[in-house]
Amino acid sequence: MKKLVVIGAGMASGRMLEHLFDADPAAYEVTLFNAEPRGNYNRLMLSPVLSGEKTYEEIVTHDEAWYADHKVTCRFGEKVTGIDRDRKVVIGEKGEVAYDKLVIATGSNPFIIPLPGHDLEGVIAYRDLEDTNRMIDLGAQPDAKAVVIGGGLLGLEAAAGLRLRGVDVTVVHIMGHLMERQLDEAAGYLLRKSLTEKGIKVMCKANSKEILGEDGKVRALLLDDGTELPCDLLVMAVGIRPSTALASEAGLAVGKGVHVDDQMVTSDADILSLGECVEHNGAIFGLVAPLYDQAKVLANTLLGKPDTFVNKEVSTKLKVTGCDLFSAGDFAEGETREDIVFRDPARGVYKRLVLEGNRIVGAVMYGDTADGAWFYSHIKDATDVAEMRDTLIFGPAFQGGGTADPLAAVAALPDDAEICGCNGVCKGTIVDAIKGGAGDLPSLKAQTKASGSCGTCTGLVEQLLELTLGDSYAAPAAQPICACCDLTHEDVRRLIKSKELKSQPAVWQELGWKTPNGCHVCRPAVNFYLLADWPLEYQDDLQSRFVNERKHANIQKDGTFSVMPRMWGGITTPDELRAIADAADKFKVPTVKVTGGQRIDLLGVKGEDLPAIWADLNRAGMVSGHAYSKGLRTVKTCVGTDHCRFGTQDSTGLGIKLEKLLWGSWTPHKVKLGVSGCPRNCAEATCKDVGIVCVDSGYQVGVAGAAGMDVKETERLADATTEEEAIELTTAFIQLYRENAKYLDRPYKWVAKVGLDWVKERVVDDLDSRRALVERFEISQSVYRKDPWADHVENERKRYAPLADLTLEAAE
Amino acid sequence: MSWIDIGSIEDIPLRGARVVKTPRGCIAVFRTGLQEAYAVSDTCPHKGGPLSDGIVHDRKVTCPLHNWVFSLETGQAQGADEGAIETFPLKVDGGRILLDGTSVGNKSAA
Ligand code: SRM
Ligand SMILES: Cc1cc2nc3c(=O)[nH]c(=O)nc-3n(C[C@H](O)[C@H](O)[C@H](O)COP(=O)(O)OP(=O)(O)OC[C@H]3O[C@@H](n4cnc5c(N)ncnc54)[C@H](O)[C@@H]3O)c2cc1C
Ligand code: SF4
Ligand code: FES
Repeated sequence: MKKLVVIGAGMASGRMLEHLFDADPAAYEVTLFNAEPRGNYNRLMLSPVLSGEKTYEEIVTHDEAWYADHKVTCRFGEKVTGIDRDRKVVIGEKGEVAYDKLVIATGSNPFIIPLPGHDLEGVIAYRDLEDTNRMIDLGAQPDAKAVVIGGGLLGLEAAAGLRLRGVDVTVVHIMGHLMERQLDEAAGYLLRKSLTEKGIKVMCKANSKEILGEDGKVRALLLDDGTELPCDLLVMAVGIRPSTALASEAGLAVGKGVHVDDQMVTSDADILSLGECVEHNGAIFGLVAPLYDQAKVLANTLLGKPDTFVNKEVSTKLKVTGCDLFSAGDFAEGETREDIVFRDPARGVYKRLVLEGNRIVGAVMYGDTADGAWFYSHIKDATDVAEMRDTLIFGPAFQGGGTADPLAAVAALPDDAEICGCNGVCKGTIVDAIKGGAGDLPSLKAQTKASGSCGTCTGLVEQLLELTLGDSYAAPAAQPICACCDLTHEDVRRLIKSKELKSQPAVWQELGWKTPNGCHVCRPAVNFYLLADWPLEYQDDLQSRFVNERKHANIQKDGTFSVMPRMWGGITTPDELRAIADAADKFKVPTVKVTGGQRIDLLGVKGEDLPAIWADLNRAGMVSGHAYSKGLRTVKTCVGTDHCRFGTQDSTGLGIKLEKLLWGSWTPHKVKLGVSGCPRNCAEATCKDVGIVCVDSGYQVGVAGAAGMDVKETERLADATTEEEAIELTTAFIQLYRENAKYLDRPYKWVAKVGLDWVKERVVDDLDSRRALVERFEISQSVYRKDPWADHVENERKRYAPLADLTLEAAE
Repeated sequence: MSWIDIGSIEDIPLRGARVVKTPRGCIAVFRTGLQEAYAVSDTCPHKGGPLSDGIVHDRKVTCPLHNWVFSLETGQAQGADEGAIETFPLKVDGGRILLDGTSVGNKSAA
């Protein structure tokens, strides 16, 4: 009998031996080495062992009896240290064995990020039974804490298992969403939500800096933003590397993995290889399905039967109970492809198919994965789906009818969700009233007060009518934001608040967006609503902003930009003017103009020069004037008591105070203020969004003026006796506008919708409400009251330069 | 084709763009997915707007000047607008962005 030696008793070689013994039990006399002190078990099932759903005994694939039956010489717990190809022997820790044929099936090694402290006791990977037992032991400890680095398949299975064992777990992931290689943002959002519900903490975009220890044992993970996450065990699950050391030392051809041909033969005709340690046609492997195909081919090659390995698409499922997730094929790469997206917010379902021509090339689904296998088979078979394209996403059971329900978002709200914020009316109350006979909006208003005040919840109330009464209710058509969704601006605003949606993927998913990531109309609006409602939690997304706000300058018709530094209250100094003049010279600015907003505009600056000119202006103490923003623009002032013979109060001083308080804030549309020193009104305060006219007895605060496309005088919000009170009223008004108005409504349009009385109730009459508004304004300013120019000079500079310049190369 | 490495995919923000200067003029490279990018002419056929400054959604871009929308895959204007931008072969391999040198007029690459 010929001698076969196998290095590694893992899943791939185990399956290969089964094929071999089935086909011809007498062909080879087998010696099997394994570094782990045991034979072949189902590695995939370590996760159920960790979570307690299975025991190790239940996942053993080949037990002692199996090896004995097939007369396999087992050398378990013994590492192979070398291969001598000239003498055709394998060198184990306890001695040599000669071979006629050799199979390398060493699998892969977990990658350990070489962070400072990675060699501390308590830093482990997740690969074998030893790692699993370490985690199980931790669960037996009271108040145990663990950190898992890596939000991929393995990391999440580790975290879920640890959590089920009662451990306090935090997952630290470097990318913006979980499992980014298998999932897109929307599915990643749903996954994160269900993990969070299970009590697992998830931190995305988190960079690990150092592992901190105490007496040689891990104590905490330190992130680069200074956060410390205390832990007793740190699991690194950041990827695997083919285990190729033996093969390369033996002089075999090795790239990313051990090179094999279609018959699984390496560069040495007597040495074969399979599993995660190989590289085939440039591909390496991390899932078990293709390895089983390799096992069959390798067994046939050993028996001299012709066979060929073909690498097929793979599918992934996350084995975490309650997280129903499926991903197959290629959904993130490729050209000329189309998406079909289906969302059912009420059931937390998301499905996305990626088509290329008439074939499905990728599928991602979350929440309802029943059709996963069906889609997967079409991917593998490259089925032509042209015929069933329209209904494809509904799966094999589709019988006709049934599209996404625009009412689903409202249907999914719990009964105690607040629908009408003004009057504190929740969904249950409204539905009860409808069932009790209030069949239209006016009678509902009369009975419950819902939608009776500012009216922004009217759309939601109508949807509740439709939902409760069914077809018998004909809702007046409301304008959705854009073709991406069925909801109005007002409804989206209210649902963001009541459902506590804190990211764009959350909005797209929960509110049933029909496109993968919105469009140029809805994205800026949704980005604003999120940052206005959740200033601390939501991170502003520059890519959802119009170019002016993304590049902090106004784009001109020739693609150049204008640069306008702030001049607080219209006051400047000789030094500032010199710096502006120097910058104009240095950057060859074609036009320098005094604007209608009491400051100076440098027009015609090249996009590439922006960071440099900002840096110069910053150095002279100037900051961005936000002349491009839906936010605070200018506070125009007159000279007031400082110089003017008629001035009653320090209008310039108040204007500067207001501008220093309000600058940097984002609002639904631009906001401009004016402060005049007396009713002669030289600062044109009575046509501003907020205009203050100083009088002998104090300050007249007016709001909702206009002097652009419409011209309209301000309406009196209140009279204030002190400067502090005038400032408080102004701030509260702007915060109320920010929290409630539709994106791109100037204050005068919004006030016309909600009524000045409604505004007064909240800003003037109710002192607690006023104070709360001011407080929320300040919370938001703690994030946004900073100079975006300085920030971009420091952090975003390279975005303004070309990615590459190929004209230089060509000239050489 | 002659692939030229023009940078890492991480150098472009997700749903953002960067410009590449070439002998054939400015080309805009758009990142539409974690490992997905497209190269098209940076100049809008309407009135010359810089497309790299537009908002990117799905595999489309909206021109920042007058909101024409272009498919980054075919270069065709969408909806009622008529016109097209040139597209250039590009691939992302192992996180690197490779642009076809020949089609952008790079002589040393040809
Ligand atoms: C620079 C300036 C004109 C000037 O040279 O004086 C100006 C320039 C522009 N204005 Fe203005 N407005 C300027 C003062 C005004 C004023 C007067 C004022 O602020 O006292 C008004 C009337 C008051 C008002 O705000 O309504 C004004 C009403 C508008 C409007 C109409 C807004 C409306 O809701 O009716 C627009 C269009 C818009 O915002 O949608 C607009 C839009 C614009 C834009 C941003 C057009 C655009 O989108 O490209 C212009 C940018 C030019 C550029 O490339 O820099 N500009 N614009 C003024 C800058 C003031 C500043 O220092 O920040
Ligand atoms: C927790 C967990 C969950 C997983 N879940 C899934 C899943 O759901 N779906 C899926 O498709 N895949 C999953 N995988 C991946 C799957 O387990 C692997 O793809 C598969 O086990 C690889 O098989 P292999 O035979 O190549 O390597 P392995 O199974 O790792 O076997 C290699 C063996 O070789 C031994 N060895 C290495 N070097 C030497 C040496 N020098 N001398 C002697 N012995 C040596 C090792 O000790 C090891 O026992 C999971 C993996 C883990 C760790
Ligand atoms: S507002 Fe009155 S006080 Fe001020 S400059 Fe004009 S006229 Fe003079
Ligand atoms: S220049 Fe692009 S749309 Fe007008």
